[in-house]
Amino acid sequence: MLAVEIDNIHKSYGDTKALDGLSLTMPQGSVLGVLGPNGAGKTTTVKVLTTLITPDRGSALVDGIDVVADPDKVRARIGLTGQYAAVEERLTGRENLEYIARLFHMPAAEGRSRARELLQRFDLVEAGERVVLEYSGGMRRRLDIAMSLIARPSVLFLDEPTTGLDPRSRLSMWELIEELGSEGTTTFLTTQYLDEAEALADSIVVIDRGQVIASGTADELKDRIGGDRLVVTIANADNLGRAAEALAGLATGAIETASVDRQLLIPIKAGGGVLPRAIRSLDDAQCEVIDVELRRPSLDDVFLTLTGKTANDDEEIR
Amino acid sequence: MTSPETLEVGKRARQAVPTGPEWLLRDAWTEATRHLRVIPRNPELIAFATIQPIMFVLLFVYVFGGAITAPGYSDYNQYLLPGIMAQTVVFGSATTGVGLAEDLSKGLVDRLRSVPMQQSAVIVGRTLADLVKNTFTFVIMLVVAFMVGFRFEGSLFQALVATVLLLLFSYALSWVQALVGLSVKSVEAANSLGFLWMFPVTFVSSAFVPTETMPNWLQPIAENNPFTRVTNAGRALYNGLPADGAVVEAFAWSLAIIGVFAVLSFRKFRQTTAR
Repeated sequence: MLAVEIDNIHKSYGDTKALDGLSLTMPQGSVLGVLGPNGAGKTTTVKVLTTLITPDRGSALVDGIDVVADPDKVRARIGLTGQYAAVEERLTGRENLEYIARLFHMPAAEGRSRARELLQRFDLVEAGERVVLEYSGGMRRRLDIAMSLIARPSVLFLDEPTTGLDPRSRLSMWELIEELGSEGTTTFLTTQYLDEAEALADSIVVIDRGQVIASGTADELKDRIGGDRLVVTIANADNLGRAAEALAGLATGAIETASVDRQLLIPIKAGGGVLPRAIRSLDDAQCEVIDVELRRPSLDDVFLTLTGKTANDDEEIR
Repeated sequence: MTSPETLEVGKRARQAVPTGPEWLLRDAWTEATRHLRVIPRNPELIAFATIQPIMFVLLFVYVFGGAITAPGYSDYNQYLLPGIMAQTVVFGSATTGVGLAEDLSKGLVDRLRSVPMQQSAVIVGRTLADLVKNTFTFVIMLVVAFMVGFRFEGSLFQALVATVLLLLFSYALSWVQALVGLSVKSVEAANSLGFLWMFPVTFVSSAFVPTETMPNWLQPIAENNPFTRVTNAGRALYNGLPADGAVVEAFAWSLAIIGVFAVLSFRKFRQTTAR
């Protein structure tokens, strides 16, 4: 059975289409990385699947259960960790876990032993008796995820779990998610970080403007780009056009230019002395070269190819 | 870190998790205990809940007490204090909206809406916890009122009915505040908006001065203000004066407000998510 099955869901807020015919599936026992820039519809998708909002159109199933028709049954099978640590700050870690266990209608003894297990599992045994107000950001997130796992959910939803964390906490969160994944926790992970999706997810869907624009494993997505890329940085942005002309003979596809970075992105065939030829052509065209880099395609390139913009374009505008 | 079995993913979820309306009371109790447990850990809240009633009684009694006389009462304080009590418990209802807005901004509401509990229990539990807090405030206020000379001039039973009425009315306004808190979504807005409407409601009333002393155009508004009705009923009961139908009317107002705003806040809650 599929853990998640979304078929053509739509959701609009006024004139804004948050979801515009999004469809995806996710098998059990896997980690799905949902990748997209701010405002692509990641959180809206999570909210539909966790019964927080109702889609205008389309169907969404979790564990084969319809989220609109049977929200309580869905709620019994999921765990949600949103973008902020949703914990009661003046309760201790243990009290928070036991509190959520009660809301899942677990018998008190089971709730207590489950809380003990999870505190141990998430390295919070000592902190368990302290109020959350005294926790660090990373500890709060760990407690938050522990709370989401209290009732042994079929699907764990992690909505941008590393947003706002310092680099060290981010890394330990990665380790945690990786471990959960290897233990078979079915995880629906949203992120705006390409490296995060690549490191943690078994398969990736890329979404933009409320639609899935690509899906597959990280390798499959990279294959779509095909071949390697040459990244050339030149001294003068005015010469970008001239440089692109000079390099056209080497390219296997359209050359991208970024005037701010004074860079050219040239899709090429791997190997074959491309590098010296490129430098020679640029020299002939009298373009001063600052840097030349041969790059294996990254997910950033995938995103650029698919949407014509980098994943973080939106953020830079703000 | 322990063995992978710790997670046993999906195991419990695939068993049936009990849900249904019969869980409303238990879930509401779980929510109420969450709030009641944190009160002793929040010294500022306790200080505020204690100092506010003391301050209100002392300020009004000593600042206004000498200047105004209320015909028909042994002393202006006998007229004034029930009004102050009513106003203080009404102000106490603001914590409901602020608390819900806080849960919302912290993302807790999203978590609560994604667990198989009875959704309405979130607001029921919150209002019940606030009722306990308001009862505490009320007891302190009553003690201070007695220290400045206030007396029950009717029977003890009448005083008890008056107390229940005032607390019920504050409970009713907690439901209004719940809707405010869920609608504005930010703690700051819930705080300022939650207090804002309570000033005209409590001052354009019979709480501090008889409505006959107000301008003609204001009198009917003050007279028909439910807060006036509740204050009049409480005041009559505390003073052992004939209350006519005022007591029944005041209880009816309180229950009607609870009914209407419970429906509105439940509906709002089911559509509410952070951001």
